[in-house]
Amino acid sequence: MSDAPSVSVIMLKVLLALVPGIFAYAWIYGGGILVTIALATITALAAEAALLKIRQRPIKPHLLDLSSVVTAWLLALALPPLAPWWLIVVGTLFAIVIAKQLYGGLGYNPFNPAMVGYAVLLISFPLIMTKWPAPLVLAQTKLSFLDQLSFIFNQALPNNIQVDAITSATPLDYLKTHLKLNQSLSEISQAPIFGVYGAKGGEMVTGAYLLGGLYLMQQRIISWHLPTAFLGALSAIALVFYVADPEYFASPLFHLTSGASLLCAFFIITDPVSGPTTPRGKLYFAAGVGVLTYLIRVYGGYPDGVAFAVLIMNMCVPLIDAHTQPRVFGHEK
Amino acid sequence: MNAILNFFKPKRGVHPTEHKAESTQLPIAKLAMPQKLVLPLRQHIGNMPKVLVSVGEHVLKGQLLATPECTVSAAIHAPTSGTILSISDAIIPHPSGLPDKCITLIPDGKDQWTNLSLVDWRSAPKEALIASLCTSGIVGLGGATFPTHIKLRSSGKSSIQTLVINAAECEPYITCDDMLMREHADEIIQGIEIAQYLLGAEKSVIGIEDNKPIAKQAMQTAIAGKPISVVTVPTQYPSGDARQLIHLVSGIEIPHDKRATEMGVQVFNVATVRALYRYFTFGEPAINRVVTVTGNVAQPQNFEVLFGTPLPALIQAAGGAKPDTTHFIMGGPMMGFDLPSTEVPITKATNCIIAASPHLFAPPPPAMPCIRCARCAEACPIQLQPQELYWFAKSDAFEKARDYKLFDCIECGVCTYVCPSNIPLVQYFRYAKSEVIAADKAKEAADLARERNEFRLARIEREKQERAQKHAERALGTKAEAAKAASASGYVAKEANTAEAPSSSTSDEEAAKAAKQAAIAAAIERAKAAKAAAAATGLAPKNTTPANPAVEQEIAEIDARRKNVGLENSKEAPITADAEKQAKIAAAIARAKAAKAEAEAAKQAQNVELKE
Repeated sequence: MSDAPSVSVIMLKVLLALVPGIFAYAWIYGGGILVTIALATITALAAEAALLKIRQRPIKPHLLDLSSVVTAWLLALALPPLAPWWLIVVGTLFAIVIAKQLYGGLGYNPFNPAMVGYAVLLISFPLIMTKWPAPLVLAQTKLSFLDQLSFIFNQALPNNIQVDAITSATPLDYLKTHLKLNQSLSEISQAPIFGVYGAKGGEMVTGAYLLGGLYLMQQRIISWHLPTAFLGALSAIALVFYVADPEYFASPLFHLTSGASLLCAFFIITDPVSGPTTPRGKLYFAAGVGVLTYLIRVYGGYPDGVAFAVLIMNMCVPLIDAHTQPRVFGHEK
Repeated sequence: MNAILNFFKPKRGVHPTEHKAESTQLPIAKLAMPQKLVLPLRQHIGNMPKVLVSVGEHVLKGQLLATPECTVSAAIHAPTSGTILSISDAIIPHPSGLPDKCITLIPDGKDQWTNLSLVDWRSAPKEALIASLCTSGIVGLGGATFPTHIKLRSSGKSSIQTLVINAAECEPYITCDDMLMREHADEIIQGIEIAQYLLGAEKSVIGIEDNKPIAKQAMQTAIAGKPISVVTVPTQYPSGDARQLIHLVSGIEIPHDKRATEMGVQVFNVATVRALYRYFTFGEPAINRVVTVTGNVAQPQNFEVLFGTPLPALIQAAGGAKPDTTHFIMGGPMMGFDLPSTEVPITKATNCIIAASPHLFAPPPPAMPCIRCARCAEACPIQLQPQELYWFAKSDAFEKARDYKLFDCIECGVCTYVCPSNIPLVQYFRYAKSEVIAADKAKEAADLARERNEFRLARIEREKQERAQKHAERALGTKAEAAKAASASGYVAKEANTAEAPSSSTSDEEAAKAAKQAAIAAAIERAKAAKAAAAATGLAPKNTTPANPAVEQEIAEIDARRKNVGLENSKEAPITADAEKQAKIAAAIARAKAAKAEAEAAKQAQNVELKE
């Protein structure tokens, strides 16, 4: 007797929940993201199949569990939209081969594979990883889908376009650099890349992720603990700093709508394998990621802190689980 | 608002498709008399009862065939009149498929009752009632089959305030309790009154799942103002687990290390209290029960079945199994088991028979790795962490599993039911439990063996020391003797004391006595030897009390005279020395004998100690 959704169904629903976010992403930054996702997916499936064969594990059920596809999509969504093809391939290979399969495959990886792939790329190729194209609404020159395709694979632009013309700093990056130049927040937020709360256009992607996340909660694929604690902790710490000095520290809403906050809340920290399992443990874990994300954003060397925060908290999972065991029926607290 | 609250509240347990409507369309039917009845002697938890009848004997309906052996045991009665065909091993409905001792009865078709002895429960003393229950054959009919007289007897030790009647019937497919309540609510209520009286309980609470409105209505009608209440519990498996149900109806959470009775609660199944009613009203012992036959059969229905009825007769009555039937399940789909053969009898534990087909019970897909989604932990009614227990069981970290409360697992199967990876979690937990139990037993045996060995080594060491001590004393004693060979009697007294010493160290009286006797024997031997030595030398013992100074003087004078006449000359000396030597040898032999006797006595004492 069983009525449980299979692992494949769970993963499929996660992919489904990502679709609104992907559409919003493509709307804001262009169709190039679809190429990135396709490339990451193919690489992930091929790497997974090859490693399963080497490890003499059944290939078909593990390819069909779709967990590698989820990893590929999450990594693709975290990369700059016009990343070169080899960057996507290297990141995906690292995520699947090293962070997942070499640790024993599905269910055995202590670290979030997508975040391992992202962190490796960020450390190895910081320049490319922080060079984001400007949202289409702001770009002086708009690239056609074919131009984007050609840029991803050849790094070639049409003759009359310069790379600088299509790229810009992300709001988190911009904020960081300009705060160092002793500019106040009210001055900085006048820059065209800022929307109402966060990045212009980025707010829309954030909203789409929220939509997908609510769908996952309604489907009981993810529990409310993780997103609530993460967003709560991030808002709380941002609020404390913001209240202390609103001219230097960005508002909680800016932090919620910038960078990978919402993707992290609903899709990254909700990876069950590398996360805690107890309800209380989930609260601690997610709150930890929220606080670390903020601290890395504000005081760290990188504009966004999600990947490092997740990896650090992944290390704490066994400890968190061991110390947050719920009371068993018929036992004292 | 409720929907929002429910969203945040963890959903303990599961609610599988009920499949209860199929078998509740028709009333309970009485099964036709089968060709033969096979009665396993072990239909309950506890000892096998003692057979009272022999092969070829004609028995009457309700006659006692086997009487309970020791307290935890239950009687077996003839379900109908007929002849005993055999008393031998046959396959019993057990997952192992192993045969066990059964009485086979061929009905004579007359269905003739024996003389039933009836005790009036309202007037007879409780002790007499419970004593009479011992031979009623009534056991818990909810499936646990624990002898009922023991559960009622506990009233003497601890006071029971609440009697909980388990009418939850939370497993899918099973409807025997539901139908029993619909059709015999009055008998159940009277049974509850009897049980409540015997337990001395203040109140009775009936717990019914909310998917049985007709049964609930029937029960409420039958209660008719009696101090019995009905509590509806949500249809959520496993609400019928005794501890879960107690919590649901009374809010009492039974501590893991205590029995419900210690908290003043006793639980009976509806079918069991009905059996109590039949016994105390008509004198009917346990000879039948209601069984649900459902699943892949032509006409699912509940039947009143005599114990020992072969399964095929029951399946036949339900219109037969459909062609694609693969096997039969005894009990519910969650906690029941696949019957090893169709040639098994219906027993006191059989509440439901489900014909299984690939359509109804699809074989589970191959298990995938655990993704730690914790659905099992959310659903576990005991709030265990099955995903951790699974990890520990798989890596043979049984001690860790015990720390994570492995033994609180009730094996309800909820975790397996919700697992997206189709991991047979309960099987892992059963394995881990059996491994822990086996390891505990092995450890106990090893501890005992080690203790024995340590004791043995200590004994050998002690004996060695005692021997060494004796040798030392002996050496000392020989010197002393040589110094004053004539003063042997004093030596004897001293030696007797030392000989007694080891025996006084043993606590056992008998051993001490034996040692004492040996010491006395040794002393006597030594005294004899000394005497012989003294006689050989021809000298009077020097330390014997002289008669008086006058006699002493006389002796001295005689001695002087003898010396003067030259009687006591130097020639005599070698002869005397020779005799002295011989006496010494005799004494040594006597001592050796005594030492041997002592050693034997000590050994005897040791053995007595070991036995203790």
